[in-house]
Amino acid sequence: MEAPATETPERPPAGLSASPKPSTRPTAFQESAPQTAPPPLSPDLAVDRYHRSTGRTADRMFRVATGFCAAMIAALILVVILFMVKGSIPAFKDHGLGAILSSAWDPTNQKYGALTFLFGTAYTSLIGMVIALPLAVLTAVALVEILPSGPAKAISLAVELLAAIPSVLLGLWGIFELVPLVRRFEISVYRSPLGLRKLPIFSGSPLGVGFLAAGLLLAIMALPFILSVSREVLLQVPNAQREAAYALGATRWQAIRRFILPYSWKGIFGAALLGLARVLGETMAVTMVIGNTPQIKASLFASGYTLASVIANEFTEAPSELAISALISLGLILLLLSVTLNAAARIMLIYLNRSSGAPQGAK
Amino acid sequence: MTQSHGLRKFHGRIMEGVCLVAAIAAVIPLFAFLWHLVAMGASSFSLALFTKLPLPPGEVGGGLKNAILGSLLVVGTATVVGIPIGIGAAVFMTEFAKPAVTSALRFACDVLSGVPSIVMGLLAYQIVVRPMHHFSAFSGSIALAFIMMPVVVITSQEMLRLVPHSLREAGHALGIPAWRIAASISLRAAAPGILTGAILSISRIAGETAPMLFTSFGNPFLSLDPKAPIATLPHTIFTYAISPYDDWHRLAWGGALILVLGILGATLLSRFILWWHQRSLNS
Repeated sequence: MEAPATETPERPPAGLSASPKPSTRPTAFQESAPQTAPPPLSPDLAVDRYHRSTGRTADRMFRVATGFCAAMIAALILVVILFMVKGSIPAFKDHGLGAILSSAWDPTNQKYGALTFLFGTAYTSLIGMVIALPLAVLTAVALVEILPSGPAKAISLAVELLAAIPSVLLGLWGIFELVPLVRRFEISVYRSPLGLRKLPIFSGSPLGVGFLAAGLLLAIMALPFILSVSREVLLQVPNAQREAAYALGATRWQAIRRFILPYSWKGIFGAALLGLARVLGETMAVTMVIGNTPQIKASLFASGYTLASVIANEFTEAPSELAISALISLGLILLLLSVTLNAAARIMLIYLNRSSGAPQGAK
Repeated sequence: MTQSHGLRKFHGRIMEGVCLVAAIAAVIPLFAFLWHLVAMGASSFSLALFTKLPLPPGEVGGGLKNAILGSLLVVGTATVVGIPIGIGAAVFMTEFAKPAVTSALRFACDVLSGVPSIVMGLLAYQIVVRPMHHFSAFSGSIALAFIMMPVVVITSQEMLRLVPHSLREAGHALGIPAWRIAASISLRAAAPGILTGAILSISRIAGETAPMLFTSFGNPFLSLDPKAPIATLPHTIFTYAISPYDDWHRLAWGGALILVLGILGATLLSRFILWWHQRSLNS
C-alpha cells in the first residue's frame, strides 16, 4: 500500500519508447541489484508519467493530513482526561479525596461532599438497568428468534428512532406526562390497603418527581442501546447451535433458553456494561424529573440528585472557583466511570468476537 | 427434558409470549412520546415560531427564531469542524495505518463515543471558555465537534472497511497513487454510507443540551456572533420546560416538534440513502 520510501533517481524526461534500463537487463531478475530502483512500469503510459510527477508529494501530503486527523482523535482522549484532572486539582488540594465520602454539599459554605450524588447516580442507574436489561434481552430474543422479518424490522426501526430522540425531549415528556403518571401510581401505593407505604422503598410522599421517574426515563434511554448490542450478539450465534437443539427435539423456547442464550450471556453482559456506561452520564432527562434534592433515601419515591445533574444545575451558578473545580471533579468521576466501563465492555466484546464465544454452561 | 411434549410446548408458548410482550413494551415509549409531542406541539406550531423572537413571561406569543438560527449556526460550525476530521481519521485508519494502530484508534473512538456529553462540555469550557473569559457560540460548536468526531470516525471506518480490497488492488495495478486510491476509489465507494453516518452524527449533536449549558450558555436575543453567547433549540426547550409559565411550555413543545421533525427526518433520510444505494447496486 505504501509508496516506496527510497528516493529513486529522476526518470529521463522524454517519452522514450525504448526502455531506459537496457544496461540493467542482465541482472533484472536479481532482486538486490545495487543500482536498480523499483523497475519503472510501462514507461510510455502518459498516466504513469503524470502520477510519477505528482503522486509522490500529493501522497505524502494526503497521508500527513489524514494522519493529523487521526492524531487529533487520539489526542482528544488524552486531552479530555488531562483537562478534567487538571480542573479538579484545586478541589482535591482543598478538601482531598476523602470528600467523595462525605454527604454534605454546600458550595457557599465550602462543603463539597460527593456521596449524595454518587448515590443518586448509582440508584437511578440501577433502577434503569433493572427495567431495561430484561426488557432489552427479551425483545432481542423476540426480534432474532421469534418474529418474522417484517415485524422484526418494524420494531427495530421504531427502537432506532427512540434512540435518536434527544435526552432533553424525553425530559420534557417526562415532566408533562411521565411524572403525573408516576404520581398517580405513587398515590395508589400510598392509599393501598395493604400498607405498602410502610415498606422502605415505597415510603415518603407521592411527589411524582424522584428516583422512580428518573429511573424510568433512563430505562427508556438505555433500552435501544442494550437491545441493539444484544441483537448483534444473538445474530452471531451459529446456526448449528440452533439446529443441534432442534435435532434433540427441543421446542423453540428450549432452544432459546438452553442453547442460544447460554451462548450469548457474555456478549449480553458486555451490552449491559455499555448500557450502564451510557446511563451513568445521562444528564438532561434526569435533571428534569429527579427533583434535584441532595439526599440519600432508599425510597423509590424520594427525590434525589445525580453527578451529572448537579453539574448541569450548579455549574453556571457556582459561587467560587473552588466550587467550579469541585463540579469538574464530579465530572472527572463520571469520565473515569464511563471510560472504565466502556473499555471493559469493548475489550470483552472484542475478545468474544475473536474467540467467537465458546458456549458456557450449555448442557 | 423429561416433561411431556405438550407441557414443554405450552411452557414455550408462554415464554415466547413474554418475549413478544417485551417487544411491544419496547416500542410503547416511542409512540407515547410521539403522541404527546404531536398533541402538544401541533397546537403551538405556527409561522410565528420560526419568525418571532421570544417574549418576556406574561406576554403571550413569540417564537423561537433566535434558538433555531442559533442551533443551525452552532451545529453547522461543529459539522464543518468535526466531519472532515472524522472522515480523515477514518481514511487514515483504513488506508494507511498499521493494523495495530487502527485497532488502537478504533478502541479510543469507542471509548470516546461513550464519554458523557456533559464531560465534553466541561472540556470545552476549560479549553475555550476559560481562555476567552466568556461563553460563546464557538465554544458550543467545539463541544459538539468533540462529541461528533468519534461517531463519524466509527461509522466512516465501518463503511470504508466494507469496500472490497479488489477495488483498491485494481487501482494499484493501474499505478494510481495511494492518495487517489483513497479519495477516488475507497471514499467514493463508501460515500453513501459515510454520508449516512454524517447525517446521523449531526442529528445526534443537534439535540445535545448538557454541554450547551456552560459553553453557548443561551441568549434571549437574536445573535449570530460566534464570540457571543447564543441560544440553541434544545437548551431553550430545557429552559422553557422547567419554567413555570404556560406560554413558555407551549413554546417548548413547539420547539420540541421542530427538533424531532428534524432529527427523525434526518434518520429516515439516512436510511433512505442506504436503501436507495443498495437498490442501485443490486440492479
